[in-house]
Amino acid sequence: MPAMLRKLAQRLGILQHSFAGGVHPEMYKVTAARPVEVAAIAPIHILPMKQHIGEACSPLVKVGDRVLRGQKIAKSEGYLSVPVHAPTSGRVVRIEEHAIPHPSGMGLPCIFIESDGDDESDTTLEPLTNWRELNPAILRERARMCGLAGLGGAVFPTFIKLVQDKRFPIETVILNGIECEPWLTNDHRLMLEKPHDILTGMAIVMHMVGAKSGIIAIEDNKPDAAESMRRALAEASEMQGVHVVVLPTRYPQGSEKQLIYSLTGKEVEAGRLPMHIGVLCQNVGTSKALFEAVVQARPLTERLVTVSGDAVENPATLSVRLGTPVRSLFASRGLDDLTGLHLLHGGPMMGERLKSVDVPVVKSTTGLLAMRTETMMLAHTEEQPCIRCGHCSEACPVHLVPNLLADACRSDQFDRAENYQLFDCIECGSCSYVCPANIPLVHYFRYGKGQIAQTRREQVFAEASRKRSEARERRIEAEKTEKAARRSRVRRDHAPAKPVESAEPENNDATQEKS
Amino acid sequence: MPVMLSPPHAHGGDSIRMVMLTVILALLPATMVSVYLFGWLAVLLIVTCMVTALVTEALCLKWMQRPLTALLDNSAALTGLFLALTLPAAVPWWMAVLASVFAIVLGKQIYGGLGYNIFNPALSARIILLISFPLHMTTWIVPMSAAEPALNLYDFSLCLNFFLAGPDALKVGFDAISMASPLGYVKTEATLGVPVLEALKAYDYSYLNAFLGFEAGSIGETSALALLIGGIFLLARHTITWHIPFSYIATVMLLSGLFNAIYPEQFTPPLFHLFAGGLILCAFFMATDPVSSPVTPMGQIVFGVGCGVLTWSIRSFGGYPEGAMFAVLLMNCAVPLIDHYFRPRVYGHGIKDES
Repeated sequence: MPAMLRKLAQRLGILQHSFAGGVHPEMYKVTAARPVEVAAIAPIHILPMKQHIGEACSPLVKVGDRVLRGQKIAKSEGYLSVPVHAPTSGRVVRIEEHAIPHPSGMGLPCIFIESDGDDESDTTLEPLTNWRELNPAILRERARMCGLAGLGGAVFPTFIKLVQDKRFPIETVILNGIECEPWLTNDHRLMLEKPHDILTGMAIVMHMVGAKSGIIAIEDNKPDAAESMRRALAEASEMQGVHVVVLPTRYPQGSEKQLIYSLTGKEVEAGRLPMHIGVLCQNVGTSKALFEAVVQARPLTERLVTVSGDAVENPATLSVRLGTPVRSLFASRGLDDLTGLHLLHGGPMMGERLKSVDVPVVKSTTGLLAMRTETMMLAHTEEQPCIRCGHCSEACPVHLVPNLLADACRSDQFDRAENYQLFDCIECGSCSYVCPANIPLVHYFRYGKGQIAQTRREQVFAEASRKRSEARERRIEAEKTEKAARRSRVRRDHAPAKPVESAEPENNDATQEKS
Repeated sequence: MPVMLSPPHAHGGDSIRMVMLTVILALLPATMVSVYLFGWLAVLLIVTCMVTALVTEALCLKWMQRPLTALLDNSAALTGLFLALTLPAAVPWWMAVLASVFAIVLGKQIYGGLGYNIFNPALSARIILLISFPLHMTTWIVPMSAAEPALNLYDFSLCLNFFLAGPDALKVGFDAISMASPLGYVKTEATLGVPVLEALKAYDYSYLNAFLGFEAGSIGETSALALLIGGIFLLARHTITWHIPFSYIATVMLLSGLFNAIYPEQFTPPLFHLFAGGLILCAFFMATDPVSSPVTPMGQIVFGVGCGVLTWSIRSFGGYPEGAMFAVLLMNCAVPLIDHYFRPRVYGHGIKDES
């Protein structure tokens, strides 16, 4: 019934559709008013072989090689993958496993580049200033070879969705400038400082997928960004079908499916993609990177990173070369002593705790936060029993019932957890944020997802083993019968010819055996 | 549990202690009215219940070797207060103590403590008392708001005597100091065949008095006004949502309105239902007890409607004049089922293909 009433109100224009649930965390956007600063080039850059969702890359360079900025140093293996480029000129000094920003604390093979200070660029790539006349396939290949992946934090290889499918024509391109995580201001600063680059990137996307209309979505806590984009839009005569939409601030509005619902009232069916309802969603940072890749022939070698947190006295939004060690970025903001601080990779809602500061900035590094323990303590003080207040259900943007789901995961009832749609959880953390009992719900969901995935892998493995062993048995059986048949044939053929009419073969065999 | 690495790393700052404290604060107006109506008897009852509840909780925690810091979550204090407010003023000390022990031990800790109980602890204790001691539990002492109160309840020593030793200490019978509650009176008259309207007239029933709470009843349930103030406070603080109170009260009003319109002789009018007995107390405070109510919005509406149907049915057809508390307890049993079947539609699932 509430759904019906809401629909009615929407029809009458009283209510804008807006995703359900969500929370209103304190925003702490302290770096919003400060222009982007360019971070110094670090003496050593560490480049993990996998900085995107998908398959890892393999190195193309050897220790001792000299590389230039923008030179491809690792090639993608497989379809769902994008290559890695050198962030500055210098020499490859090591290729070995090193810690990366990942909650497991596991390492990956990384290429270490010692900077030579020249910052010389590789100029073999041609700018495609005439992109309007080019076949989308050429531009798509450019996006892939320039290493573009979603810079909002999900790092899904960008080229994959930049495709025209006749069955699912893209009608609307949504540019995501929501940036709903507290503290982070990359997208905000980018929209203020590079609105034209962003728009050109968007125009390229629209050209590639053949979309006619576009929406630039910004939350109402960034009115200056909306103004900046509107002004740039007014100057770009070709972008008639594009307009800026300002949405009321609410976390997690920047999440793709929630944003699509807020803007269009359409839901992406479970297991399908936004393209299936004619929508393509792209982060403003990725849009700008696409502009650089196409028009300026510059592969993805740098990104904006908000270095902030209540322990950082001099926070800023920085333009950082990929591979820069996190430690040097904090040091550049006057924070040398990190003992007792909680370091986050990403925002406080979905970011991961950093176990080490020796990890590099990667394509998914939206922010680096140094938080005092006192402020962090609130997040995970002692877990208390669930009082079933239902605040988590209210906050869940996907309409799950988090407390029942966590219950199922905690007690290893994974069938029930799947039945309660565990895999639709987007891990936005809204449920944990509102929980009065301080239950780390997302932690339980990850545990459940991990266990289920593990069981499935084991099932697949067991199934394969079973098939293999059955095949082996069949083969042995076949060989046995084959052997027996051959033997009997051979014996028959080579048996001394009997003068009399054939006796029974068995007798024949038996006599042979005896002799 | 080791240090958690999973996000989120921020928290809204809500806590169980604050939730419980908010409910206690919301009960303050009703508590004040109860003290005004029943004087020292109300004070003695409330203090006894709260202290016993806290002591019992502490003993249980110690017994189960759990940290005593759980006492600070305010849930035991709230249970004690809830229980006291649902008791009539005629209850002696030992009954109050017994009820509080019941509430904590049988209502809550036996299931595993906070968050695991199926039934509302205070209500289950009250029902145990009602069934075990029907005389005390249906004796309504004349409140101080009446034209001629039978006892001066503002006299501390008199109240203490009464509380400790019962009516015998004052050498009076229950009959001399009590009156019928509106619900009970109408029910008794109805069994004698007296039409509702005449019974109400004979009782000298006034909607205004019922709204303000100047009538007989359990010490905390009489004033609709005070309870509504608390309920609105809870809604404003977002401790509860509108789903249960609204659907519960609306169902009772709808059913009673319908039947009163068709058979005015036999069925009491909706406003009478609203202000009488424990409906508002149950709708805003008991049925919304988070632990024993559904978590999903749709489930909460189903739960509220169920409570409403049962309350009206018990009041209209049952043996007891009041049904609100039975209704809530009965619906409590259905909560796991309701939670399972009335989950919201998950984003992206079960959408009709519009193309």
